[in-house]
Amino acid sequence: MKYLKFFLFIIMLFPLSSINAEENDKRNKITKNLRCLICQGQSVYDSDSEFANSLKIVVDKKLQEGLSEDQIYEYFKTKYGEWILYDPGLNKNTYILWLLPILIFLIGGAIIYKSFIVKK
Amino acid sequence: MMKNKILPFSVIIIFGIIFFIFYKGLEDSKIYIPEVNTKKEIPVFNTKEFFSEENIKSSSIFELDKFYLLNIWSSWCVPCRQEHPLLMNLNLENKLNIIGMNYKDNLKNAENFLKELGNPYKEIFIDLDGTIAIEWGAYGVPESFLIYNNEIIKKYIGPLNQELVDEINLFIK
Repeated sequence: MKYLKFFLFIIMLFPLSSINAEENDKRNKITKNLRCLICQGQSVYDSDSEFANSLKIVVDKKLQEGLSEDQIYEYFKTKYGEWILYDPGLNKNTYILWLLPILIFLIGGAIIYKSFIVKK
Repeated sequence: MMKNKILPFSVIIIFGIIFFIFYKGLEDSKIYIPEVNTKKEIPVFNTKEFFSEENIKSSSIFELDKFYLLNIWSSWCVPCRQEHPLLMNLNLENKLNIIGMNYKDNLKNAENFLKELGNPYKEIFIDLDGTIAIEWGAYGVPESFLIYNNEIIKKYIGPLNQELVDEINLFIK
């Protein structure tokens, strides 16, 4: 009987802790992708400033309200603008950022192709 | 002959583009403040009144057709002390209602702060954990929002100075 109780206790403990861990992971992932606006060069996750701590609370609240990751990003975007996201979307202000690496890659590839492969 | 020229030519162009982007980056200020979306609706939130600690709704604070200056302040914030006399002066303008948001503060210290420097606020509400400030899109203390018809007309990050006070006076005239 004693063992049974002990087992039940352990079983009941497990799902709860795993749910918590999942929520923590999600929260960490989101706060790592949010820029701490007053301590530039740091994410909200890394920072311990007043601003960042409040933001963490808000992320927790939004997660509890059942908002998805994208919805939370959208929420912060309307409040603080695109700058708060480390992973900016593709739009007219950011297309150079997104297209330049592809462009450089293609040009580089073309150069390599021309000078090494065609020559053979 | 043609092939030999393409390589140095494209290298120069690529470096030219990279140089241009970095050079442009040098000119910009390192302190980046995202553009402020003006004409933004003020957020709706529930909070507590500062003196009575009673629950209040934001809709009961801000009325239509009146100018409000929401000032985020804290007793531990040094620049707030600096801008406080300006708020006291602004308070003399009858057209402007100054609302205080007490940010992450110890209420005793905040009360002493007001006793020492005066209370320019028509109403004060409490933001204990800083989440209401985030609803407003605020960065920290001090920060001020000029509000008319439930819309944010202008946002002032950092302490107010005489120049900005003159600007506010122009708005409300």
